[in-house]
Amino acid sequence: MLRDITIGQYYPSGSVLHRLDPRVKLFWTLLYIVSMFVFNTFLGYVVAGVTLIVLIKISRVPFKFMVKGLKAVWMLLIFTLVLNLFMTSGEVIWQWKFLKLTREGIRTAVFMGLRLFFLIIGSSLMTLTTTPNQLTDGLETGLRGLKKIKVPVHELAMMMSIALRFIPILLEETDKIMKAQAARGADFDEGKFKDRVKALVPIFVPLFVSAFRRANDLAMAMEARCYRGDVNRTRMNPLKYKQIDRIAYLLQFVYLAVLICADKLLAPLLTKVLPML
Amino acid sequence: MIKANKLAYEYIRRDEEGNVEGIIRALDGVDLEIKKGDFVAILGHNGSGKSTIAKEINAILEPTEGTLFVNGLDVSDESKIWDVRQSAGMVFQNPDNQIVASLVEEDVAFGPENLGVPSPEIKQRVAYALEKVGMEDHRGSSPNALSGGQKQRVAIAGILAMKPKCIVLDEPTAMLDPGGRREVIKTLHELNKKEGITILLITHYMDEVTGADRVIVMDDGKIVMQGTPREIFSKVDEVKSHHLDVPQVTELAYELNKRGFRFPPGVLTKEEFINALLG
Repeated sequence: MLRDITIGQYYPSGSVLHRLDPRVKLFWTLLYIVSMFVFNTFLGYVVAGVTLIVLIKISRVPFKFMVKGLKAVWMLLIFTLVLNLFMTSGEVIWQWKFLKLTREGIRTAVFMGLRLFFLIIGSSLMTLTTTPNQLTDGLETGLRGLKKIKVPVHELAMMMSIALRFIPILLEETDKIMKAQAARGADFDEGKFKDRVKALVPIFVPLFVSAFRRANDLAMAMEARCYRGDVNRTRMNPLKYKQIDRIAYLLQFVYLAVLICADKLLAPLLTKVLPML
Repeated sequence: MIKANKLAYEYIRRDEEGNVEGIIRALDGVDLEIKKGDFVAILGHNGSGKSTIAKEINAILEPTEGTLFVNGLDVSDESKIWDVRQSAGMVFQNPDNQIVASLVEEDVAFGPENLGVPSPEIKQRVAYALEKVGMEDHRGSSPNALSGGQKQRVAIAGILAMKPKCIVLDEPTAMLDPGGRREVIKTLHELNKKEGITILLITHYMDEVTGADRVIVMDDGKIVMQGTPREIFSKVDEVKSHHLDVPQVTELAYELNKRGFRFPPGVLTKEEFINALLG
């Protein structure tokens, strides 16, 4: 049951996107998320949507696989949609008792839904094409500047990568503890919510004890291998920008420029021709 | 390579409120000398001080009394601590708790990265170390996908990539299945013979020490027996008095001798046993 959880799942397909520098991808994602709040017209959605479709095609990650990972957020998406659909005031076009459907409501619901959808797919595209290690590496190198203001960038990145390394181990351990307790009659699936939460306490206690023991062992092993923080440390594969990364950076600004042009210049023109939009 | 003189280590045991319950002398006047290129096994039951000595050699614990030199470096000298750890690498019991990275090659690179080795050389060292332990085909795998014996070999490669003179292994096979144990022990013997690396193997599995150059038996923080495996295991009663067993064939030969057979003392392997039986 617990094994189904995959965090930072990676889909190897060896595409151009996979080979990009993680810093480029992080910046792309950030820019894409920010761009979601920049535009407000139909044309803006077209630009953002087409860009995303092109990127998905390039990544060669099957769209089905991406959507499958979204199970958890479907509820949120539907909730947002329904809320926007019925709660927006404006010109009423359909009414049943207290439920009102307005023109503005439909518009906001569709657009909000799309926006959320783009946001989620866009960021999962990054985690699907970047290994967790590359991601922490990218964060560490990308945020190196923050060291000057005493942000422990290296330590944070190290913590993150160790956490990622131990997630599967601790999940397996939780599974083992749960089975051991189930074998002695513990019941995790039945009873009131309160009882079920209570049944989890005896799982967490041994889990924490073992996690601390592991942490202690790991710290000793790291010290034995001469780890002393970010002192005089080198990397096996230091991140280096290649030509393709520079092009990718350039394309980000092209995307932003096209988006703003489409949204602020073209869209008002179009609106005059097609007042519906 | 390693030279200990009247080495002692004490730790204070406290109860739950932090009051001193007693002082435990984990090591008590240990004199030890290990030469370069030796394969030495340390035997001892739980609490005999054998793990403490490993942590002393790696400068994780500081000696309470006496001196300990590793590769000519004093382990109590704070400024030399990283040099000590580089020359005497250490492999621990639990393979999962000593692998840092989520990729085999990145984990092997962890040590040299900490030492500040330039990137191209790190790559060479990683390739070399993985080849030496026979894990070159798994360099891109996740450690979670490996068996216990493979993980432990990756841990050994991680130490090997730091170019140590000596590797100290603290019960490296305690959590492995018999197949994994054989893999690890075989790798250690190869490293010892082909690369000339001094190996200090701490264990409580008797059959792992039969191939060693020298066996040291510890009990209650002291060295109680020392010699070649044959010398040690010909004294079956003395070994047993230190709460240890002898290898199964040795025991069989010993028991048969009691009943009138004539086996030479200290039969160590099945082959020797068969030869003695036929000849």
